[in-house]
Amino acid sequence: MEKFGTLPLKTGLAEMLKGGVIMDVTNPEQAKIAEDAGAVSVMALERVPADIRAQGGVARMTDPEIIEKIMESVSIPVMAKVRIGHFVEAQILESMGVDYIDESEVLTPADESYHINKWNFKVPFVCGAVNLGEALRRLGEGAAMLRTKGEAGTGNVVEAVRHMRTINDEIARLSVLPEEELMTAAKNLGAPYELVRLVARDRKLPVVNFSAGGIATPADAALMMQLGADGVFVGSGIFKSKEPARRASAIVQAVTHYNNPDILAKVSKSLGDAMPGLEISSLGEKDLLQVRGN
Amino acid sequence: MKIGVLALQGAFREHIVMFKRCGALATEIRLPEELKDMDGLAIPGGESSAILRLMDLYGLRDALLSYAASGKPILGTCAGAILLSRSQNYLNLIDVRTVRNAYGRQIDSREAVIELSFSPDEPFRAVFIRAPVIDEAGKDVHVMASYRDKPVLARQNNILVATFHPELTGDERIHSYFLDMIS
Repeated sequence: MEKFGTLPLKTGLAEMLKGGVIMDVTNPEQAKIAEDAGAVSVMALERVPADIRAQGGVARMTDPEIIEKIMESVSIPVMAKVRIGHFVEAQILESMGVDYIDESEVLTPADESYHINKWNFKVPFVCGAVNLGEALRRLGEGAAMLRTKGEAGTGNVVEAVRHMRTINDEIARLSVLPEEELMTAAKNLGAPYELVRLVARDRKLPVVNFSAGGIATPADAALMMQLGADGVFVGSGIFKSKEPARRASAIVQAVTHYNNPDILAKVSKSLGDAMPGLEISSLGEKDLLQVRGN
Repeated sequence: MKIGVLALQGAFREHIVMFKRCGALATEIRLPEELKDMDGLAIPGGESSAILRLMDLYGLRDALLSYAASGKPILGTCAGAILLSRSQNYLNLIDVRTVRNAYGRQIDSREAVIELSFSPDEPFRAVFIRAPVIDEAGKDVHVMASYRDKPVLARQNNILVATFHPELTGDERIHSYFLDMIS
């Protein structure tokens, strides 16, 4: 007897990606560079977040032809993004055999109230979160992997740090609450009670949680790992830098050896210019991607 | 008994949890010098291309080959099985040929029930995630479980490979069989 598309299979693939780097790529050549550098997966995109931010307009699911070419060019799993709430984009990606779907705030939301019911799919989903309540709501909807949102396309790690620390703090607080306070905690978090109980008991999220949104250097990646990330997404940080192949390889090594400053020093040397960064306070409220969908 | 789990990337924490549940000590290995004193080594599931690259960058290929030559047991699951299999690109430590992602993409990942030759009374729930297939096994390879007529758990001397993930399902039988290989 065989079973397909079960929760253990969905969360299991995320477990296999742990300690690894998932890189945004826009064509097969970049995908190949990412794979050769040791990426565990690539995110197939039409534009990296920095360009989406710069060019404005409605950002949608990537042209399936681009995604297909990327899928053909590498042996590692391929992810692709859909707009928040756009379940038809997700149906299309599932039919193409994409390995993981990111229901992402980096694209323009298609639904202002509801996310996709991810239980309806056999393909696993990863979703972004800025705090524990948002993370657990996404799991309640069927996500099998999480990532902290950070602020994509800025090359500024400060929001990634804020979101990871927020989730860590909220988990720590839950874990010391007496049983009878958990229902009220669930109400305050706006999160499913059963998941709140699970997190309080295990003192950790029930699925893999990567860090995303603003990681640009090996040190950024190692910082997020030391703060408790299971791995990192690097979006614009690689292919918006001067020497993508070297930077990609350095970030991969930094994620594995995140606790070894000697190795971090070595891999950080002479990587050429990082992507130009953006000060978060220079962005208006309307430019923030992290507030989309919550 | 001290087991090292190669922690370059992948599901290394799950292996550590399983070995500890079986009563062994288990520790993460990222550099060649950390291998000494290990009575056994596990190479976890993950992405074989990423693990292979990190292995080569940090001199672990030679370290693992001489570790294997000392006769100490090595367990490889999924990506770990690929890395131990027969190919000049890999470690070439067990006479099986593996084909990567042979069932297809993630939507073809599956749970299936298999029978372990050393523990046939109770079925084993095997989780295959973008798993490889063993399409050839040499005559010295002892096949210990099969699925769809292909070996999924196999041993040759001190090398044990599984194309599925015994570290994910909580069933300790394969890990404790591996620990028995040490003594």
